[in-house]
Amino acid sequence: MASHLLYNIEETVAMILFGIGFTMLLLHRNLIRKIMGMNIMDTAVYLFLAAKGYIKGRMVPIVTDGILDASAYMNPVPSGLVLTGIVVSVSTTALMLALTIRLYERYHSLDLDQILIQVKKEEGS
Amino acid sequence: MLVQNFPFFSIVLAMFSGILSSVLNGKQARNVSLGVIGSTIIMSAAVFFWCLGNGESYTYMMGHFPAPWGNEIRAGVLEGLTALLFSVIMLLSVLGGMRHTFEDVEPSKVNLFFIMIDLMLSSLLALIYTNDLFTAYVFVEINTIAGCGLIMIRQKGRSFSAAIRYMIMSQLGSGLFLIGLTLLYDVTGHLLMSPAKETVASIEAAGRYEIPMLVILAVISVGLAIKSGLYPFHSWIPYTYGYATPTASAILSGLVSKGYIFLLMKIFYRVLGQENVIASRMVNVLFLFGLAGMIMGSVHAILEEDTRRMIAYSSVAQIGYIYMGIGLGTESGMVAAVFHMFTHSATKALLFISAVGLYEVSGEKKDFRSLRGAGYRNRLAGVGFTVGALSMVGFPMLSGFISKLLFATSALQSPHKMMLTLIGLAVSTVLNAIYFLRLVITLYGRAEQVAVKGKQRCSFVFGGAIVCFILLNLFLGLMSQPVVRAITEGLEMFD
Repeated sequence: MASHLLYNIEETVAMILFGIGFTMLLLHRNLIRKIMGMNIMDTAVYLFLAAKGYIKGRMVPIVTDGILDASAYMNPVPSGLVLTGIVVSVSTTALMLALTIRLYERYHSLDLDQILIQVKKEEGS
Repeated sequence: MLVQNFPFFSIVLAMFSGILSSVLNGKQARNVSLGVIGSTIIMSAAVFFWCLGNGESYTYMMGHFPAPWGNEIRAGVLEGLTALLFSVIMLLSVLGGMRHTFEDVEPSKVNLFFIMIDLMLSSLLALIYTNDLFTAYVFVEINTIAGCGLIMIRQKGRSFSAAIRYMIMSQLGSGLFLIGLTLLYDVTGHLLMSPAKETVASIEAAGRYEIPMLVILAVISVGLAIKSGLYPFHSWIPYTYGYATPTASAILSGLVSKGYIFLLMKIFYRVLGQENVIASRMVNVLFLFGLAGMIMGSVHAILEEDTRRMIAYSSVAQIGYIYMGIGLGTESGMVAAVFHMFTHSATKALLFISAVGLYEVSGEKKDFRSLRGAGYRNRLAGVGFTVGALSMVGFPMLSGFISKLLFATSALQSPHKMMLTLIGLAVSTVLNAIYFLRLVITLYGRAEQVAVKGKQRCSFVFGGAIVCFILLNLFLGLMSQPVVRAITEGLEMFD
């Protein structure tokens, strides 16, 4: 079992990173750390995809020296998925950061619990 | 055939109108949006009737790469019907909340609101029609971003904190969904649903990858359940639905959560294989969470004093119903779940929109005391709210009754879950009746003090939207047979 984990070291690391990111996004109170957690979570998925897409001994799928045999190259789809995923995570990160700035301007805190307490107070008054 | 292009047209039209709206002013953007939603209704209807007439679904190749690679759209009876109903409800929600949209949103940002509406429509249509898993993920994220935009555009009070909570929960869900897709892609080597399903079938037949397949199923189900607000993951719902503009609340509760549930059903049927899902007992987990949601959502709603949050909590209960139907693990349970999806979309949007009309004549207050007698001050909104509330409780002739009937009859077919389902339905119906009828009685109670704003004529558009919503509810309630037949046929086409 343990040797399998070591053999698939990239995938193992990716899963651990995913867990770290997920817990950070779920449990941390600080918004910036939450966003960092989200990025770690997404990056873990990209690592997993890239590791799975890589085949040892094969080239990047760009024809440079006239080899047209498909077996010489690795599958370009996982890399494409990683690129798409990066675009998606950049836009969600930007949105969350923008939201965090607006929240900080209004409540002068990055702590989500503090913010929610202040929101409740505002409403009560 | 021209009709076969319509799903693609409607997605792209909605998306490009969003881009176009960024250089238009508010009123122009509104007109573009309404035009796009209108043409989507026509195109979805055409797709629906074409598939119904031909009795078959079709796939539509995007770009020039054939099946195992490339990207595909798939349309069948159920896709057409869902797209049709979703776009009708979207149009009515936009029309019903129109005046509030222009009041709540800064004039310079009204066009942004309509961009979000366009993007929302486009992503919902893409979630309904797509045959490609990664495209589904991308549009799930677009949907999340558009939803977040709809919540925060109000820029008042709680809307920012509601938006950040929504984003955090949504990102947790998307993350799980993404890792599920990635694992599925690694196991099967396909992103298109049909080839992936073939590979899954051969894997299952060979008895390999049992644990990874279970993990994939669990992770995808939980991810989409978080995003649609199934019970233990519901904490963001009252904040989100309770503090957005009326149109946004109606769309978020009525359509967005259903888009994810539809995607989950599609993945169950078209990728993982419904029989594998049932065999894995994941359905039992969804069933229990659904039951818990049905009861706990209603309990929370009873305890709530703010009526808008009460309606939002009732969504938790109704999402529970849908997951319970999926969890029954039978064909008829699934039909009931899809029908309840439509019921809840139509009814909850009606409730949110008509509640706004009631708040207007009660000095924008949302508690029970201020709403006393509001049904007399704005009669049409009062009638609309009453119809919606009765439908949710399960009054005969309205769509809620048919869904409860379908749930009960389908429960009889699964012996182990029969008693639990029937008890759950009974308890939940009583709880629904307690909080909804309490509000309806309040609406027609005698006002203690003189009305804050007195009588107010509701606008023609608002009235029209309410009337159409009521008619839609009556249609689903009285003419349910053809709809149920279409759903059954559509689910059969999924295989």
